[in-house]
Amino acid sequence: MFYPHRKPALFLLLFLTSLPCLADKGEQLYTDNCAICHGHEGTGGVGIPLGLESFLEQASDEYLRRTIRVGRPGRIMPTFYRLADHEIDAIISHIRSWKKTAIPKWDNTRINAEASTGKQLFEKHCVSCHGENGRGGKGTGMMFSRPRDLPITPPALNNQGFLNSASDQMLKNIITHGRKETPMPAASEFNLNETDINNLVSYIRSFQKTMVSGRPMLEEPPVMVYTSPYSFSETIENIKRAAVGMNFRLIRDQALDYGFVPEEQESKTHTMVYFCNFNFLYQALAVDPRVGMFLPCRITVIEQNGQVQAMSINPKRLSQLFNNNELDEACDKMHDTYSTILEEATL
Amino acid sequence: MMMRRQTGLLALLLLVCWLPAQAIITGELIMVRSDKTFPEAMLILQDAIKTQGYTLSRVQRVDIGLTMSGYPTDKYRIVFFGKTEQIHELTKKHPELIPYLPLKIAIFAEADETLLVTSDPAIFMDLYPDPRLHEVFHQWHEDIVNIMKKVQIPD
Ligand code: HEC
Ligand code: HEC
Repeated sequence: MFYPHRKPALFLLLFLTSLPCLADKGEQLYTDNCAICHGHEGTGGVGIPLGLESFLEQASDEYLRRTIRVGRPGRIMPTFYRLADHEIDAIISHIRSWKKTAIPKWDNTRINAEASTGKQLFEKHCVSCHGENGRGGKGTGMMFSRPRDLPITPPALNNQGFLNSASDQMLKNIITHGRKETPMPAASEFNLNETDINNLVSYIRSFQKTMVSGRPMLEEPPVMVYTSPYSFSETIENIKRAAVGMNFRLIRDQALDYGFVPEEQESKTHTMVYFCNFNFLYQALAVDPRVGMFLPCRITVIEQNGQVQAMSINPKRLSQLFNNNELDEACDKMHDTYSTILEEATL
Repeated sequence: MMMRRQTGLLALLLLVCWLPAQAIITGELIMVRSDKTFPEAMLILQDAIKTQGYTLSRVQRVDIGLTMSGYPTDKYRIVFFGKTEQIHELTKKHPELIPYLPLKIAIFAEADETLLVTSDPAIFMDLYPDPRLHEVFHQWHEDIVNIMKKVQIPD
């Protein structure tokens, strides 16, 4: 059976279905890769807002392209090395579709002013928000309904991802005009003249180094495992005592297969001891709302082949997934705490 | 004949259209923003976990613990899940995986929307080079992407 008259219909259908498919590509890619942190319409969240006119007027396509490609090492914003150039361009078109602004183009003329004078100005006017040496504000824009100082976390200006994306002329424009609808003030608010602004640009530029791609990955084992000379139940008691000694509150202990099998069939040789320090947790959530992946604190005690072992995840290894320097610090602490508890319990 | 070819072409086209939708992996975490409120997203998540063939073993209410200790917070829960037999088998054969079992997804509210985060099981491939495990990790990856996708997609 062959119906030639159906063919045009088929092509029309193919054409029509492919139209939204192409137009939606940027939106879909944005939804999948960016919306989690920057919000569906670029309103911001963990990441800073991308949908503001004041931002789009300052961000050239080149700046956006580079920023997406290299990310902001150590400042949560990931690198998107997996995305193809045309995918990045589709994302940029989608971001541009939110607001009709002129698209800036910055020439690459360098500004060679006095970084040392810029440093003094920076320490006077900028350090309160952008931090010592421009290392950025603490925490993220997501505070779980808590009160906070600023609605938007001031970005790190000494970040190699930022410095490798923004040109001197762009920096100058940002400092001159600030960013409306964000806490970022215009230079006029500090009575800064053009020379001052140029000096600030040179100071910020002085943080730039040759960029090494990505963050150095530490060779960390995924888990921490200690063999215990004590019996299974003694080891569990030791863990609990050590955790309480480290200011944790015990939450519960549970068989590893709790919730999977009826209670009477639960494993008697695999027990998870859960504990928490709510103060530490509260602070950790401000550093990175995604810390749920570490929760709750847990050490598992197992007895297998006549041997008792106590084990936990290695927070240092897990932390590497988050691209967040502040979280790394918290996880270093957590790693040391776990080691102390495990050591004490199996000594 | 022609009908079948048409359907084939259409299927191919739809597949091409949907391909980008698969990529919700950012770095080594799988993260999703849902425009659903927290209770709605939570229901969809639990349902998706079960539909994918997993048992939901427990929900840890982190926000309740925080609030009871005097730290106000929005909704924050951890959902634990796994396959009973698989957990038993892996526990026995690969005790080094135990600290990462059962699998979990963190789900939390941001205003009227809901965010979900989990580590991509594909990272286990680097952590645990044993090739026999890689099939398991690959399956987890596929399943978790499917689960997260269901919560992400708007009505
Ligand atoms: C009140 C806090 C505050 C002060 C003071 C402040 N900034 Fe900012 N700055 C911000 C915030 C918040 C942003 C992010 C704005 C946004 O959402 O786009 C920002 C953005 C920037 C950016 C763009 C960074 C990027 O990633 O795009 C530069 C450059 C910058 N500030 C430089 C300065 C300099 C130089 C000074 C001092 C003259 C200064 N800022 C003072 C809060 C501040
Ligand atoms: C895991 C969270 C996260 C994801 C996912 C993410 N970002 Fe970001 N992004 C951030 C954070 C946080 C910053 C600010 C960095 C800082 O504070 O130093 C940022 C900064 C930016 C900036 C610089 C804005 C400015 O004011 O100069 C751009 C542009 C950007 N992101 C675009 C994107 C795009 C496009 C995607 C998706 C392809 C994306 N981001 C995905 C968290 C994220």
